Amino acid sequence: MGTTTTIERNQEAAGKGQLVEMNWDPITRIVGSLGIFTKIDFGKRKVAECHSTSSIFRGYSIFMKGKDPRDSHFITSRICGICGDNHATCATYAQNMAFGVRPPAIAEWIVNLGEAAEYMFDHNIFQDNLVGVDFCEQMVKETNPGVFEKAEKTESPHAGVHGYRTIADIMRALNPFTGAFYREALQMSRLTREMFCLMEGRHVHPSTLYPGGVGTVATVQLFTDYIVRLMKYVEFMKKVVPLHDDLFDFFYEALPGYEEVGRRRILLGCWGSFNDPDVCDYTYQKMTDWGRAMYVTPGVIIDGKQVTTDLVDINLNIRILLGSSYYDDWQNAETFVKHDPLGNPVDQRHPWNQSTIPRPQKRDFAGKYTWVMSPRWYDKRTGDYLALDTGGGPIARFWSTALAGLVDIGYIKATGHSVKIYLPKTMSLPETELEWKIPKWSNAIERDRARTYFQAYAAAAALHFAEKALAELHAGRTKTWNDFKVPEDAIGCGFHEAVRGVLSHHVVIRGKKIANYHPYPPTPWNANPRDIYGTPGPYEDAVQNTPIFEENGPENFKGIDIMRTVRSFDPCLPCGVHMYLGDGRVLETHHSPMFGMQSSQP
Amino acid sequence: MPAHAAAPYGQITQKKPAVAEVHILWITAGLGCDGDSVSITAATQPSIEDVVLGAIPGLPKVHLHNPVLAYETGDEFMKYWYLAEEGKLDPFVLVVEGSIPNEKIKEEGYWAALGTNPDTGQPIPTTEWIDRLAPKALAVVGAGTCATYGGIHAMEGNPTGCMGLADYLGWGWKSKAGLPIVNVPGCPVQPDNFMETLLYLLYQVAGRAPMIPLDEQLRPKWLFEQTVHQGCDRAGYYEEGDFASSYNSHKCLVKIGCWGPVVNCNVPKRGWMAGLGGCPNVGGICIGCTMPGFPDKFMPFMDEPPGGRLSSTAIATYGKAIRTLRAVTNHTVNKEPKWRHSRSQLTTGYQPQSY
Repeated sequence: MGTTTTIERNQEAAGKGQLVEMNWDPITRIVGSLGIFTKIDFGKRKVAECHSTSSIFRGYSIFMKGKDPRDSHFITSRICGICGDNHATCATYAQNMAFGVRPPAIAEWIVNLGEAAEYMFDHNIFQDNLVGVDFCEQMVKETNPGVFEKAEKTESPHAGVHGYRTIADIMRALNPFTGAFYREALQMSRLTREMFCLMEGRHVHPSTLYPGGVGTVATVQLFTDYIVRLMKYVEFMKKVVPLHDDLFDFFYEALPGYEEVGRRRILLGCWGSFNDPDVCDYTYQKMTDWGRAMYVTPGVIIDGKQVTTDLVDINLNIRILLGSSYYDDWQNAETFVKHDPLGNPVDQRHPWNQSTIPRPQKRDFAGKYTWVMSPRWYDKRTGDYLALDTGGGPIARFWSTALAGLVDIGYIKATGHSVKIYLPKTMSLPETELEWKIPKWSNAIERDRARTYFQAYAAAAALHFAEKALAELHAGRTKTWNDFKVPEDAIGCGFHEAVRGVLSHHVVIRGKKIANYHPYPPTPWNANPRDIYGTPGPYEDAVQNTPIFEENGPENFKGIDIMRTVRSFDPCLPCGVHMYLGDGRVLETHHSPMFGMQSSQP
Repeated sequence: MPAHAAAPYGQITQKKPAVAEVHILWITAGLGCDGDSVSITAATQPSIEDVVLGAIPGLPKVHLHNPVLAYETGDEFMKYWYLAEEGKLDPFVLVVEGSIPNEKIKEEGYWAALGTNPDTGQPIPTTEWIDRLAPKALAVVGAGTCATYGGIHAMEGNPTGCMGLADYLGWGWKSKAGLPIVNVPGCPVQPDNFMETLLYLLYQVAGRAPMIPLDEQLRPKWLFEQTVHQGCDRAGYYEEGDFASSYNSHKCLVKIGCWGPVVNCNVPKRGWMAGLGGCPNVGGICIGCTMPGFPDKFMPFMDEPPGGRLSSTAIATYGKAIRTLRAVTNHTVNKEPKWRHSRSQLTTGYQPQSY
């Protein structure tokens, strides 16, 4: 239950609705510390307002100044305890550009295999051990007993594949620790982490990544150990995808209108994942080409249309805004990079030019209320600063890859409107083709559904990478690292997909030391506050106007629909937020019309 | 078994723990990354479900309150913190993850916080929770290098002035049960190292183990008394003076940044998970991430440790000679004895009476 303060009727607006302030602080079953503060209109059964806030500041961009740029991947891995390796990988991409080094092909395949294992692990544990609890028997009984009764009577359409006869059986299997599927998923998350450790040494802060390649020793045994584990996961995914389809489809059916939960405008960003060593030379000059050769296609999707797949375009239009964050502005601070290597001007609000100046202060929801800044993507067609979200990663990756229609590796085929995934025969299940289709909405259920499908995508991609790596090995090309010199002055950038979405690292090197370093992980994109123009961040935006389907009233309200919304983004606060959903305080007597009070019920 | 049947004879082996139930309150709201909480979900020796579901005999029933795994959220989750503060959640073990920021160095606001103060509407600083709970805890455990010694966020030039738990509470601090702070360093903590330490403490709470043996840095002795190098399967190359000069090598990495010979850690020996992975044993230089001096005393990570040159040079001549002699012997033992052949004579040395 959220915190509820006094509940009163709004006297002044007599005959209007009952707006209740509720907060959840901290939000659990995510990584990091997040608080969500909301105002809920129980008359209209809708969330009227939401603020998201972060309670942690560490200061990477500050303490990395003056350090050796070769250390940046070791340091930035520590930003995140669940996808630290995504940071380390992205940092090596930026180092490779800055140092002018191209790793041997087998090193790139090894990194791709490691990162694929990370997606397989992380989406798995988050979906089935953290998010899954929001759909488990205990939770559904406590929030929507009517829905649980219906689940008892609803046969699972794919029971023959996954073995759970009714939807209620699936829900029981998701109960924390005691549920059979919960425990199976937890165990599977260990198998995939073993795969990860084979390629990158340790989880979650890798030991074997370097600029220029990897220290992993490429042997027959390395790939044998990986592939036998991978095939067990492939078999697991053949059951898990239909299991989740059954569960999520049931929610649409049991609660008509559930598509509105967590729904927001389709504004998605994906920075691309898995480089192709045949194309990627890490030069900025050719970034457009090697970006489009990635095995997950970068792109920006606005209202369902892909407006770009060009990493240079994506890069140049990133803007970091303030407005509600605990920092001083840097508009008049030093400009580190005036032009990119292609001669394009670089904005003062671009990460290359950001200066981080923390200003700790009291939290004030009418003013500054979070440590997260507000990243935006500048749409040069309209002049808008768009609050892109990542949808927790997979939905944006699929949407971008599907529309671009570039990926075609047999195991995976992007069709222009969908993505086909092929899983070969495994021990007890035949070959299987899955197809992720572009959904009608960017909402909580579709973010969650895409997560499951992307686990299969990562496994299918890994089958391809393993074949490519073995081809190098069999040809005797086992060298995994190329030497480099640290230049006196340089700039670099890396683009990657952290598990939960877009990731960029921007570095400026002067006198062989780091002069400026700004990583932008997915959570700042998703969890940010209202910017200087008043545009709310994606969590805030998605929670606002979310309808309430929970059967409980304000007195024992758990906020499950809000929790499902927030968790659908796979929050990861070490990378950036704190949301707060108020629990029952009556609001001050006058309400801003923007909260929808005018039409509230008596 | 019928309900009226007598208890099985072997049940006499099962002693009730001295304490029936214990709570584990786990604060992740230091300056960290939650990597240690994620790490323990990888453990199998024991696993988190082994401990929570009572799959190991003789332990108290364990109630885990960790924000990454908790069923409850918001105030329902925080109520255990308030109960502990009021002395109504007894006994409990407090686990702290992340380094402890210095909240005294600024006028207002917070560097790290957990939950909201109902009176002020402001976040409750993590340091305040430690002040409230440490005196009531049976034991206080630091999980990972940030909580134990400060770690990466306490790097030179950091804005938060953060530190380890013992720097904050005092190195001589003892719990009400007389336990020093227990430090399990590692960035992140090696999964089984943490769960095994927790298991030991639970045995101790149950009255089945003596005081946990700790070294001066408050680490469990049996996990941290050896160096990385002593457990590294590449140490044989060091002995033979055969060093890697590039990261593209299966040989000893000390000349390109590995600090293994002077770092207390068992990872190359134990592996990262299920005996797999690690650091120098699989091609990753040891950057000293379990150490109080991490990270500054090991940076820049990719250069040869300044103190290592003398010893690696000293061993070069000796190692080269040993390597040459071993190569000769290796050549010999790679050949089968001469009596194994398909000719029509028996040359094994056996003298048959008749064939």
